[in-house]
Amino acid sequence: MSSGLLEIEGVSKRFAVRGGTINALDGIDLTVSRGDFVCVCGASGSGKSTLLSLVAGLDSPSDGRITVDGNAVVGPGPDRGLVPQAGSLYPWRTVERNVAFGLELLPVDSAERARRVDWYLAETGLTALRKSLPRQLSGGQQQRVAIARALACEPEVLLLDEPFGALDVQTKEDMQVLIRQVWRDTGTTVLMVTHDVEEAVFLGSRVVVMESGPGRVASDITVELPADRDLAIKRTPEFLALRATIEDLVRAQHRKVS
Amino acid sequence: MKPAETNRVSADEQAAQRFLEAERAERGGVATAAQSGHNDWAPLPRRSRPKQPSALLTIRKPIPRRTKLTLNILSFAVPLLVWILLSATEAVDPKMLPSPLAALSAGWDLAQSGKLFTDWWATVGRILYGFGLAVVVSVPIGMAMGTFAAGRAFFEPIMSLLRYLPPSALIPLMMIWLGVDEVLKIGVLFIGTVFYNTFMTADVVRSVPPQLVNVSYTLGARRNEVLRKVIVPHSLPGMIDAVRVNMAAAWNLVVVAEVIASTTGLGRGIVQAQRFNSVDEIFAMLFVIGVSGVLIDVALRLLRDRVGRWAA
Repeated sequence: MSSGLLEIEGVSKRFAVRGGTINALDGIDLTVSRGDFVCVCGASGSGKSTLLSLVAGLDSPSDGRITVDGNAVVGPGPDRGLVPQAGSLYPWRTVERNVAFGLELLPVDSAERARRVDWYLAETGLTALRKSLPRQLSGGQQQRVAIARALACEPEVLLLDEPFGALDVQTKEDMQVLIRQVWRDTGTTVLMVTHDVEEAVFLGSRVVVMESGPGRVASDITVELPADRDLAIKRTPEFLALRATIEDLVRAQHRKVS
Repeated sequence: MKPAETNRVSADEQAAQRFLEAERAERGGVATAAQSGHNDWAPLPRRSRPKQPSALLTIRKPIPRRTKLTLNILSFAVPLLVWILLSATEAVDPKMLPSPLAALSAGWDLAQSGKLFTDWWATVGRILYGFGLAVVVSVPIGMAMGTFAAGRAFFEPIMSLLRYLPPSALIPLMMIWLGVDEVLKIGVLFIGTVFYNTFMTADVVRSVPPQLVNVSYTLGARRNEVLRKVIVPHSLPGMIDAVRVNMAAAWNLVVVAEVIASTTGLGRGIVQAQRFNSVDEIFAMLFVIGVSGVLIDVALRLLRDRVGRWAA
Protein backbone atom coordinates (compact mmCIF):
# COMPACT_ATOMS: atom_id res chain seq x y z
CA MET A 1 0.00 0.00 0.00
CA SER A 2 2.66 2.52 0.91
CA SER A 3 5.52 3.05 -1.48
CA GLY A 4 7.76 5.09 0.81
CA LEU A 5 9.41 4.67 4.18
CA LEU A 6 8.06 7.98 5.45
CA GLU A 7 4.61 8.96 4.27
CA ILE A 8 3.07 12.33 5.00
CA GLU A 9 -0.52 12.37 3.78
CA GLY A 10 -2.71 15.47 3.78
CA VAL A 11 -1.10 16.86 6.89
CA SER A 12 -2.32 20.22 8.18
CA LYS A 13 -1.40 22.06 11.32
CA ARG A 14 -3.43 24.89 12.75
CA PHE A 15 -2.50 26.84 15.84
CA ALA A 16 -5.31 28.31 17.90
CA VAL A 17 -4.50 31.84 19.02
CA ARG A 18 -6.53 34.64 20.48
CA GLY A 19 -8.77 35.92 17.71
CA GLY A 20 -8.54 33.00 15.32
CA THR A 21 -6.34 30.28 13.97
CA ILE A 22 -3.12 30.18 12.00
CA ASN A 23 -2.70 27.71 9.20
CA ALA A 24 0.95 26.76 9.55
CA LEU A 25 0.67 23.75 7.27
CA ASP A 26 -2.11 23.02 4.82
CA GLY A 27 -2.49 19.63 3.17
CA ILE A 28 1.11 18.50 2.93
CA ASP A 29 1.75 15.33 0.91
CA LEU A 30 5.28 14.03 0.91
CA THR A 31 6.81 10.60 0.49
CA VAL A 32 10.39 9.79 1.41
CA SER A 33 11.80 6.47 0.15
CA ARG A 34 14.28 4.41 2.09
CA GLY A 35 17.81 5.74 1.65
CA ASP A 36 16.64 9.13 0.35
CA PHE A 37 18.16 12.43 1.42
CA VAL A 38 15.34 14.95 1.22
CA CYS A 39 15.94 18.62 1.96
CA VAL A 40 12.97 20.83 2.76
CA CYS A 41 13.65 24.41 1.81
CA GLY A 42 11.58 27.50 2.34
CA ALA A 43 11.47 31.00 3.70
CA SER A 44 10.83 31.40 7.40
CA GLY A 45 7.16 31.14 8.11
CA SER A 46 6.67 28.36 5.59
CA GLY A 47 6.15 25.87 8.39
CA LYS A 48 9.09 23.68 7.50
CA SER A 49 10.25 23.31 11.09
CA THR A 50 6.66 22.67 12.18
CA LEU A 51 6.56 19.85 9.64
CA LEU A 52 9.71 18.33 11.08
CA SER A 53 8.40 18.44 14.65
CA LEU A 54 5.24 16.67 13.44
CA VAL A 55 7.34 13.91 11.87
CA ALA A 56 9.39 13.72 15.09
CA GLY A 57 6.12 13.27 16.97
CA LEU A 58 6.78 16.23 19.26
CA ASP A 59 3.52 17.76 18.08
CA SER A 60 0.51 16.22 16.39
CA PRO A 61 -1.10 17.26 13.10
CA SER A 62 -4.54 18.83 13.07
CA ASP A 63 -5.43 16.73 10.01
CA GLY A 64 -3.85 13.98 7.97
CA ARG A 65 -1.47 11.24 8.96
CA ILE A 66 2.20 10.44 9.07
CA THR A 67 3.54 6.91 8.89
CA VAL A 68 7.03 5.48 9.16
CA ASP A 69 7.41 2.02 7.64
CA GLY A 70 3.64 1.68 7.76
CA ASN A 71 3.32 2.59 11.45
CA ALA A 72 1.42 5.74 12.32
CA VAL A 73 3.43 8.34 14.21
CA VAL A 74 1.79 8.98 17.56
CA GLY A 75 4.70 10.39 19.54
CA PRO A 76 8.45 10.76 19.54
CA GLY A 77 10.55 7.61 19.28
CA PRO A 78 14.03 6.32 18.46
CA ASP A 79 12.97 5.38 14.92
CA ARG A 80 13.05 9.12 14.15
CA GLY A 81 16.30 10.54 15.53
CA LEU A 82 16.33 14.32 15.78
CA VAL A 83 19.25 16.74 15.49
CA PRO A 84 18.14 20.28 16.46
CA GLN A 85 19.99 23.45 15.49
CA ALA A 86 22.09 23.70 18.65
CA GLY A 87 22.25 23.09 22.37
CA SER A 88 20.75 19.63 22.52
CA LEU A 89 23.63 17.76 24.19
CA TYR A 90 23.56 16.56 27.79
CA PRO A 91 26.07 18.98 29.32
CA TRP A 92 27.00 16.64 32.20
CA ARG A 93 27.82 13.73 29.91
CA THR A 94 31.09 13.36 28.05
CA VAL A 95 31.04 13.05 24.27
CA GLU A 96 31.05 9.24 24.38
CA ARG A 97 28.36 9.08 27.03
CA ASN A 98 26.21 11.47 25.01
CA VAL A 99 26.53 9.15 22.04
CA ALA A 100 25.79 6.15 24.27
CA PHE A 101 22.56 7.65 25.70
CA GLY A 102 20.10 5.84 23.45
CA LEU A 103 22.02 2.56 23.61
CA GLU A 104 21.99 2.63 27.42
CA LEU A 105 18.20 2.38 27.27
CA LEU A 106 18.31 -0.81 25.24
CA PRO A 107 19.17 -4.37 26.31
CA VAL A 108 22.61 -4.16 24.72
CA ASP A 109 25.65 -5.39 26.66
CA SER A 110 28.42 -2.94 27.38
CA ALA A 111 30.91 -4.46 24.93
CA GLU A 112 28.44 -4.17 22.07
CA ARG A 113 27.54 -0.66 23.18
CA ALA A 114 31.21 0.37 23.26
CA ARG A 115 31.78 -1.13 19.82
CA ARG A 116 28.95 0.87 18.32
CA VAL A 117 29.87 4.08 20.14
CA ASP A 118 33.44 3.70 18.88
CA TRP A 119 32.22 3.31 15.32
CA TYR A 120 30.05 6.43 15.39
CA LEU A 121 32.75 8.45 17.14
CA ALA A 122 35.21 7.48 14.41
CA GLU A 123 32.64 8.15 11.69
CA THR A 124 32.07 11.71 12.94
CA GLY A 125 35.76 12.34 13.74
CA LEU A 126 35.23 12.59 17.49
CA THR A 127 37.45 9.77 18.75
CA ALA A 128 40.06 12.14 20.17
CA LEU A 129 37.36 14.17 21.94
CA ARG A 130 35.49 11.25 23.48
CA LYS A 131 36.24 12.24 27.08
CA SER A 132 35.47 15.94 26.59
CA LEU A 133 32.41 17.68 28.00
CA PRO A 134 30.09 19.54 25.59
CA ARG A 135 31.12 22.96 26.92
CA GLN A 136 34.70 22.22 25.83
CA LEU A 137 33.62 21.69 22.21
CA SER A 138 33.12 24.11 19.34
CA GLY A 139 29.69 24.49 17.76
CA GLY A 140 30.60 22.19 14.89
CA GLN A 141 31.96 19.50 17.21
CA GLN A 142 28.78 19.69 19.28
CA GLN A 143 26.64 19.13 16.21
CA ARG A 144 28.78 16.14 15.27
CA VAL A 145 28.06 14.65 18.70
CA ALA A 146 24.34 15.27 18.21
CA ILE A 147 24.47 13.53 14.82
CA ALA A 148 26.46 10.56 16.19
CA ARG A 149 24.08 10.27 19.13
CA ALA A 150 21.00 10.18 16.89
CA LEU A 151 22.59 7.70 14.46
CA ALA A 152 23.67 5.34 17.25
CA CYS A 153 20.00 4.48 17.78
CA GLU A 154 19.82 3.39 14.12
CA PRO A 155 16.78 5.50 13.28
CA GLU A 156 14.62 4.71 10.28
CA VAL A 157 14.75 8.41 9.46
CA LEU A 158 17.28 10.97 10.64
CA LEU A 159 15.60 14.35 11.13
CA LEU A 160 17.87 17.36 10.81
CA ASP A 161 16.39 20.73 11.83
CA GLU A 162 18.70 23.39 10.40
CA PRO A 163 21.57 21.51 12.04
CA PHE A 164 24.27 23.79 10.63
CA GLY A 165 22.34 27.04 10.87
CA ALA A 166 24.36 28.33 13.82
CA LEU A 167 27.79 27.50 12.36
CA ASP A 168 30.28 29.66 10.50
CA VAL A 169 30.55 29.13 6.74
CA GLN A 170 33.76 27.07 6.78
CA THR A 171 32.59 24.77 9.57
CA LYS A 172 29.27 24.44 7.83
CA GLU A 173 30.93 23.16 4.64
CA ASP A 174 32.99 20.67 6.63
CA MET A 175 29.79 19.45 8.23
CA GLN A 176 28.05 19.17 4.87
CA VAL A 177 30.83 16.92 3.59
CA LEU A 178 30.66 14.93 6.82
CA ILE A 179 26.92 14.39 6.83
CA ARG A 180 27.02 13.26 3.19
CA GLN A 181 29.78 10.81 4.05
CA VAL A 182 27.81 9.50 7.02
CA TRP A 183 24.68 9.19 4.89
CA ARG A 184 26.52 7.10 2.32
CA ASP A 185 28.31 4.93 4.94
CA THR A 186 25.21 4.17 6.98
CA GLY A 187 22.59 4.12 4.23
CA THR A 188 20.25 5.98 6.55
CA THR A 189 17.27 8.00 5.35
CA VAL A 190 17.49 11.74 5.98
CA LEU A 191 14.86 14.45 6.14
CA MET A 192 16.50 17.81 6.58
CA VAL A 193 15.06 21.28 6.99
CA THR A 194 17.19 24.22 5.88
CA HIS A 195 16.78 27.74 4.56
CA ASP A 196 20.11 27.49 2.75
CA VAL A 197 19.41 26.54 -0.87
CA GLU A 198 23.05 25.80 -1.67
CA GLU A 199 23.19 23.39 1.23
CA ALA A 200 19.95 21.73 0.13
CA VAL A 201 21.20 21.20 -3.43
CA PHE A 202 24.59 19.94 -2.28
CA LEU A 203 23.20 17.46 0.22
CA GLY A 204 19.84 16.39 -1.10
CA SER A 205 18.86 13.75 -3.55
CA ARG A 206 15.61 15.71 -3.57
CA VAL A 207 14.78 19.28 -2.66
CA VAL A 208 11.25 20.16 -1.58
CA VAL A 209 10.36 23.87 -1.69
CA MET A 210 7.69 25.01 0.72
CA GLU A 211 5.13 27.68 -0.03
CA SER A 212 4.42 30.19 2.72
CA GLY A 213 1.21 31.19 4.47
CA PRO A 214 -0.28 28.59 4.61
CA GLY A 215 2.59 26.13 4.29
CA ARG A 216 2.23 23.89 1.27
CA VAL A 217 4.59 21.98 -0.97
CA ALA A 218 5.41 24.35 -3.85
CA SER A 219 7.74 22.08 -5.80
CA ASP A 220 9.59 18.82 -5.43
CA ILE A 221 12.82 18.67 -7.39
CA THR A 222 15.06 15.68 -7.93
CA VAL A 223 18.72 16.65 -7.78
CA GLU A 224 20.37 15.18 -10.86
CA LEU A 225 23.93 15.44 -9.68
CA PRO A 226 26.43 12.60 -9.25
CA ALA A 227 26.09 10.76 -5.95
CA ASP A 228 29.81 11.17 -5.45
CA ARG A 229 29.95 14.89 -4.64
CA ASP A 230 32.60 17.05 -3.07
CA LEU A 231 32.62 20.78 -2.39
CA ALA A 232 34.03 21.49 -5.87
CA ILE A 233 30.68 20.57 -7.37
CA LYS A 234 29.27 23.79 -5.94
CA ARG A 235 31.11 25.67 -8.73
CA THR A 236 29.89 23.55 -11.63
CA PRO A 237 27.34 25.03 -14.08
CA GLU A 238 24.85 22.19 -13.38
CA PHE A 239 24.96 22.91 -9.66
CA LEU A 240 24.71 26.66 -10.11
CA ALA A 241 21.79 26.34 -12.51
CA LEU A 242 19.84 24.11 -10.16
CA ARG A 243 20.65 26.36 -7.24
CA ALA A 244 19.42 29.42 -9.17
CA THR A 245 16.17 27.68 -10.14
CA ILE A 246 15.42 26.74 -6.54
CA GLU A 247 16.46 30.12 -5.18
CA ASP A 248 13.98 31.76 -7.54
CA LEU A 249 11.25 29.46 -6.27
CA VAL A 250 12.04 30.26 -2.65
CA ARG A 251 12.28 33.98 -3.38
CA ALA A 252 8.93 33.96 -5.15
CA GLN A 253 7.37 32.50 -1.98
CA HIS A 254 9.17 35.04 0.15
CA ARG A 255 7.87 37.94 -2.03
CA LYS A 256 4.36 36.62 -1.84
CA VAL A 257 4.17 37.26 1.86
CA SER A 258 6.24 40.47 2.16
CA MET B 1 -8.17 33.00 38.09
CA LYS B 2 -5.33 31.38 39.95
CA PRO B 3 -1.89 32.76 39.19
CA ALA B 4 -0.72 29.32 38.10
CA GLU B 5 -3.17 29.42 35.23
CA THR B 6 -2.93 33.00 34.05
CA ASN B 7 0.75 32.91 33.26
CA ARG B 8 0.82 29.46 31.80
CA VAL B 9 0.94 29.63 28.04
CA SER B 10 -0.04 26.48 26.23
CA ALA B 11 2.54 24.67 24.12
CA ASP B 12 0.21 25.32 21.23
CA GLU B 13 0.33 29.05 21.79
CA GLN B 14 4.10 29.00 22.14
CA ALA B 15 4.48 27.21 18.84
CA ALA B 16 2.05 29.63 17.23
CA GLN B 17 4.00 32.53 18.68
CA ARG B 18 7.23 31.28 17.15
CA PHE B 19 5.49 30.82 13.85
CA LEU B 20 4.02 34.33 13.92
CA GLU B 21 7.34 35.89 14.87
CA ALA B 22 9.05 34.21 11.96
CA GLU B 23 6.33 35.47 9.67
CA ARG B 24 6.48 38.99 11.03
CA ALA B 25 10.23 39.10 10.59
CA GLU B 26 9.53 38.05 7.04
CA ARG B 27 6.97 40.77 6.44
CA GLY B 28 9.09 43.42 8.10
CA GLY B 29 10.30 43.99 4.58
CA VAL B 30 13.39 45.81 3.38
CA ALA B 31 11.82 48.03 0.72
CA THR B 32 12.70 51.67 1.45
CA ALA B 33 12.78 54.68 -0.85
CA ALA B 34 15.98 56.62 -1.47
CA GLN B 35 16.29 59.68 0.80
CA SER B 36 18.31 62.86 0.45
CA GLY B 37 19.21 65.57 2.95
CA HIS B 38 21.83 63.65 4.88
CA ASN B 39 24.66 65.81 3.50
CA ASP B 40 23.76 69.23 4.93
CA TRP B 41 23.83 68.15 8.61
CA ALA B 42 26.39 69.71 10.92
CA PRO B 43 28.76 67.04 12.25
CA LEU B 44 27.65 65.52 15.56
CA PRO B 45 29.51 67.08 18.53
CA ARG B 46 32.09 64.71 20.02
CA ARG B 47 32.78 64.32 23.73
CA SER B 48 36.32 64.39 25.05
CA ARG B 49 37.76 60.99 25.92
CA PRO B 50 36.99 59.95 29.52
CA LYS B 51 40.06 59.55 31.69
CA GLN B 52 41.14 55.98 32.32
CA PRO B 53 39.54 54.78 35.58
CA SER B 54 41.59 53.02 38.25
CA ALA B 55 42.05 49.29 37.64
CA LEU B 56 40.14 48.59 40.86
CA LEU B 57 37.05 50.46 39.77
CA THR B 58 36.58 49.44 36.17
CA ILE B 59 33.13 47.94 35.69
CA ARG B 60 33.20 44.13 35.59
CA LYS B 61 36.94 43.78 35.12
CA PRO B 62 38.85 41.15 37.07
CA ILE B 63 41.50 42.40 39.52
CA PRO B 64 44.97 40.87 40.09
CA ARG B 65 45.15 37.86 42.43
CA ARG B 66 47.28 39.66 44.99
CA THR B 67 44.94 42.64 45.12
CA LYS B 68 41.99 40.30 45.56
CA LEU B 69 43.69 38.46 48.42
CA THR B 70 44.66 41.72 50.12
CA LEU B 71 41.09 43.00 49.90
CA ASN B 72 39.80 39.66 51.26
CA ILE B 73 42.07 39.98 54.27
CA LEU B 74 41.19 43.65 54.78
CA SER B 75 37.53 42.67 54.79
CA PHE B 76 38.17 41.03 58.18
CA ALA B 77 41.08 43.20 59.30
CA VAL B 78 39.30 46.55 59.10
CA PRO B 79 36.35 45.71 61.39
CA LEU B 80 38.74 43.91 63.75
CA LEU B 81 40.96 46.98 63.90
CA VAL B 82 37.96 49.24 64.59
CA TRP B 83 36.93 46.83 67.34
CA ILE B 84 40.42 46.84 68.88
CA LEU B 85 40.58 50.63 68.74
CA LEU B 86 37.14 51.09 70.29
CA SER B 87 37.88 48.73 73.16
CA ALA B 88 41.52 49.76 73.76
CA THR B 89 40.65 53.44 73.99
CA GLU B 90 37.57 52.52 76.04
CA ALA B 91 35.57 54.79 73.79
CA VAL B 92 32.78 52.33 74.47
CA ASP B 93 32.10 50.97 77.95
CA PRO B 94 33.89 47.56 78.23
CA LYS B 95 30.68 46.16 79.75
CA MET B 96 29.02 46.86 76.42
CA LEU B 97 31.89 46.02 74.12
CA PRO B 98 34.49 43.56 75.37
CA SER B 99 37.97 43.58 73.87
CA PRO B 100 38.69 40.90 71.28
CA LEU B 101 40.95 39.21 73.82
CA ALA B 102 38.21 39.13 76.46
CA ALA B 103 35.80 37.60 73.93
CA LEU B 104 38.44 35.06 72.96
CA SER B 105 39.14 34.05 76.54
CA ALA B 106 35.42 33.81 77.30
CA GLY B 107 35.07 31.56 74.29
CA TRP B 108 38.04 29.49 75.48
CA ASP B 109 36.46 29.06 78.92
CA LEU B 110 33.15 28.05 77.36
CA ALA B 111 34.93 25.56 75.16
CA GLN B 112 36.91 24.17 78.12
CA SER B 113 33.78 23.60 80.18
CA GLY B 114 32.30 21.66 77.24
CA LYS B 115 29.23 23.90 77.26
CA LEU B 116 30.09 25.45 73.91
CA PHE B 117 30.25 22.10 72.15
CA THR B 118 27.05 20.84 73.80
CA ASP B 119 25.19 23.97 72.71
CA TRP B 120 26.70 23.86 69.26
CA TRP B 121 25.77 20.23 68.77
CA ALA B 122 22.22 20.84 70.02
CA THR B 123 21.81 23.58 67.43
CA VAL B 124 23.39 21.60 64.61
CA GLY B 125 21.28 18.55 65.46
CA ARG B 126 18.10 20.61 65.17
CA ILE B 127 19.18 21.86 61.78
CA LEU B 128 19.90 18.33 60.64
CA TYR B 129 16.44 17.18 61.68
CA GLY B 130 14.33 20.22 60.87
CA PHE B 131 15.97 21.40 57.69
CA GLY B 132 16.76 17.83 56.64
CA LEU B 133 13.06 17.02 56.87
CA ALA B 134 12.24 20.15 54.88
CA VAL B 135 14.62 19.07 52.12
CA VAL B 136 13.21 15.54 52.06
CA VAL B 137 9.69 16.92 51.66
CA SER B 138 10.40 19.88 49.38
CA VAL B 139 12.54 18.18 46.75
CA PRO B 140 9.89 15.69 45.53
CA ILE B 141 7.14 18.33 45.64
CA GLY B 142 9.35 20.84 43.85
CA MET B 143 10.19 18.26 41.21
CA ALA B 144 6.51 17.49 40.72
CA MET B 145 5.79 21.22 40.35
CA GLY B 146 8.62 21.76 37.91
CA THR B 147 7.90 18.70 35.80
CA PHE B 148 4.14 18.26 35.63
CA ALA B 149 1.63 20.98 34.89
CA ALA B 150 -0.75 19.07 37.17
CA GLY B 151 1.78 19.16 40.01
CA ARG B 152 2.15 22.88 39.62
CA ALA B 153 -1.59 23.51 39.39
CA PHE B 154 -2.16 21.54 42.59
CA PHE B 155 0.70 22.67 44.83
CA GLU B 156 1.48 26.20 43.72
CA PRO B 157 -1.65 28.10 44.85
CA ILE B 158 -1.63 26.88 48.46
CA MET B 159 2.13 27.01 48.75
CA SER B 160 2.34 30.59 47.48
CA LEU B 161 0.00 31.55 50.30
CA LEU B 162 1.74 29.56 53.04
CA ARG B 163 5.10 30.92 51.95
CA TYR B 164 4.11 34.39 53.15
CA LEU B 165 3.32 33.32 56.69
CA PRO B 166 6.40 34.37 58.67
CA PRO B 167 7.65 31.47 60.81
CA SER B 168 8.16 33.85 63.75
CA ALA B 169 4.44 34.62 63.64
CA LEU B 170 3.67 30.92 63.71
CA ILE B 171 5.78 30.21 66.78
CA PRO B 172 2.98 30.96 69.32
CA LEU B 173 0.61 28.64 67.47
CA MET B 174 3.25 25.99 67.22
CA MET B 175 3.96 26.28 70.93
CA ILE B 176 0.31 25.46 71.57
CA TRP B 177 0.37 22.55 69.15
CA LEU B 178 3.83 21.16 69.70
CA GLY B 179 4.77 22.27 73.22
CA VAL B 180 8.15 23.85 73.90
CA ASP B 181 10.32 20.77 73.38
CA GLU B 182 12.57 19.67 70.54
CA VAL B 183 9.57 19.19 68.24
CA LEU B 184 8.90 22.94 68.38
CA LYS B 185 12.35 23.88 67.14
CA ILE B 186 12.25 21.24 64.43
CA GLY B 187 8.75 22.36 63.46
CA VAL B 188 9.77 26.03 63.20
CA LEU B 189 12.78 25.12 61.07
CA PHE B 190 10.65 22.92 58.85
CA ILE B 191 7.88 25.48 58.32
CA GLY B 192 10.39 28.25 57.78
CA THR B 193 12.34 26.54 55.03
CA VAL B 194 10.12 23.97 53.33
CA PHE B 195 8.14 26.36 51.13
CA TYR B 196 11.12 28.32 49.88
CA ASN B 197 13.05 25.19 49.12
CA THR B 198 10.05 23.79 47.24
CA PHE B 199 9.72 26.87 45.05
CA MET B 200 13.42 27.11 44.37
CA THR B 201 13.60 23.41 43.48
CA ALA B 202 10.61 23.83 41.17
CA ASP B 203 12.31 26.75 39.40
CA VAL B 204 15.51 24.78 38.95
CA VAL B 205 13.61 21.81 37.53
CA ARG B 206 11.57 24.05 35.24
CA SER B 207 14.75 25.49 33.79
CA VAL B 208 15.71 22.16 32.17
CA PRO B 209 15.65 23.12 28.47
CA PRO B 210 12.53 21.64 26.79
CA GLN B 211 14.75 20.76 23.85
CA LEU B 212 16.76 18.38 26.04
CA VAL B 213 13.57 16.62 27.06
CA ASN B 214 12.30 16.43 23.47
CA VAL B 215 15.54 15.08 22.08
CA SER B 216 15.61 12.43 24.84
CA TYR B 217 12.24 11.12 23.70
CA THR B 218 13.55 10.84 20.14
CA LEU B 219 16.48 8.81 21.50
CA GLY B 220 14.01 6.35 22.94
CA ALA B 221 13.77 7.50 26.55
CA ARG B 222 10.50 6.80 28.37
CA ARG B 223 8.94 9.24 30.80
CA ASN B 224 10.61 7.83 33.91
CA GLU B 225 13.94 7.68 32.09
CA VAL B 226 13.65 11.33 31.08
CA LEU B 227 13.02 12.12 34.74
CA ARG B 228 15.89 9.98 36.04
CA LYS B 229 18.48 10.48 33.34
CA VAL B 230 17.78 14.02 32.17
CA ILE B 231 15.79 16.15 34.60
CA VAL B 232 17.46 14.97 37.82
CA PRO B 233 21.09 15.24 36.68
CA HIS B 234 20.44 18.59 35.02
CA SER B 235 18.80 19.96 38.16
CA LEU B 236 21.16 18.58 40.78
CA PRO B 237 23.63 21.51 41.00
CA GLY B 238 20.77 24.02 41.16
CA MET B 239 19.06 22.01 43.89
CA ILE B 240 22.23 22.08 45.96
CA ASP B 241 22.35 25.84 45.45
CA ALA B 242 18.79 26.10 46.74
CA VAL B 243 19.78 24.08 49.82
CA ARG B 244 22.73 26.42 50.38
CA VAL B 245 20.54 29.51 50.34
CA ASN B 246 17.93 27.99 52.62
CA MET B 247 20.56 26.61 54.97
CA ALA B 248 21.38 30.23 55.84
CA ALA B 249 17.71 30.79 56.65
CA ALA B 250 17.74 27.61 58.76
CA TRP B 251 20.60 28.96 60.89
CA ASN B 252 18.69 32.16 61.49
CA LEU B 253 15.50 30.36 62.41
CA VAL B 254 17.00 27.82 64.76
CA VAL B 255 18.65 30.53 66.84
CA VAL B 256 15.40 32.52 66.95
CA ALA B 257 13.54 29.43 68.13
CA GLU B 258 16.20 28.75 70.77
CA VAL B 259 16.10 32.33 72.03
CA ILE B 260 12.35 31.99 72.52
CA ALA B 261 12.14 28.57 74.13
CA SER B 262 14.97 26.19 74.79
CA THR B 263 17.24 24.74 77.43
CA THR B 264 20.14 24.02 75.09
CA GLY B 265 21.63 25.45 71.93
CA LEU B 266 23.64 28.49 70.97
CA GLY B 267 20.56 30.73 70.97
CA ARG B 268 19.78 29.63 74.50
CA GLY B 269 23.41 30.19 75.49
CA ILE B 270 23.19 33.77 74.29
CA VAL B 271 20.04 34.42 76.31
CA GLN B 272 21.73 32.98 79.42
CA ALA B 273 24.82 35.11 78.90
CA GLN B 274 22.60 38.16 78.58
CA ARG B 275 21.09 37.44 82.02
CA PHE B 276 24.55 37.60 83.51
CA ASN B 277 25.51 40.57 81.36
CA SER B 278 28.39 38.49 79.93
CA VAL B 279 28.80 40.43 76.72
CA ASP B 280 32.11 38.64 76.08
CA GLU B 281 30.32 35.26 76.04
CA ILE B 282 27.67 36.62 73.69
CA PHE B 283 30.41 37.72 71.33
CA ALA B 284 32.09 34.33 71.52
CA MET B 285 28.87 32.51 70.68
CA LEU B 286 27.96 34.89 67.85
CA PHE B 287 31.36 34.20 66.42
CA VAL B 288 30.79 30.44 66.58
CA ILE B 289 27.42 30.83 64.84
CA GLY B 290 28.98 32.89 62.07
CA VAL B 291 31.91 30.57 61.50
CA SER B 292 29.73 27.44 61.53
CA GLY B 293 27.45 28.98 58.93
CA VAL B 294 30.36 29.89 56.68
CA LEU B 295 31.90 26.42 57.01
CA ILE B 296 28.65 24.70 56.06
CA ASP B 297 28.25 27.08 53.13
CA VAL B 298 31.77 26.34 51.91
CA ALA B 299 31.19 22.59 52.24
CA LEU B 300 27.98 22.82 50.21
CA ARG B 301 29.67 24.97 47.62
CA LEU B 302 32.45 22.41 47.21
CA LEU B 303 29.83 19.69 46.80
CA ARG B 304 27.99 21.79 44.24
CA ASP B 305 31.15 22.49 42.28
CA ARG B 306 31.93 18.80 42.26
CA VAL B 307 28.48 17.74 41.14
CA GLY B 308 28.15 20.63 38.70
CA ARG B 309 31.60 20.53 37.19
CA TRP B 310 29.98 20.24 33.77
CA ALA B 311 28.20 23.58 34.15
CA ALA B 312 31.28 25.68 34.98
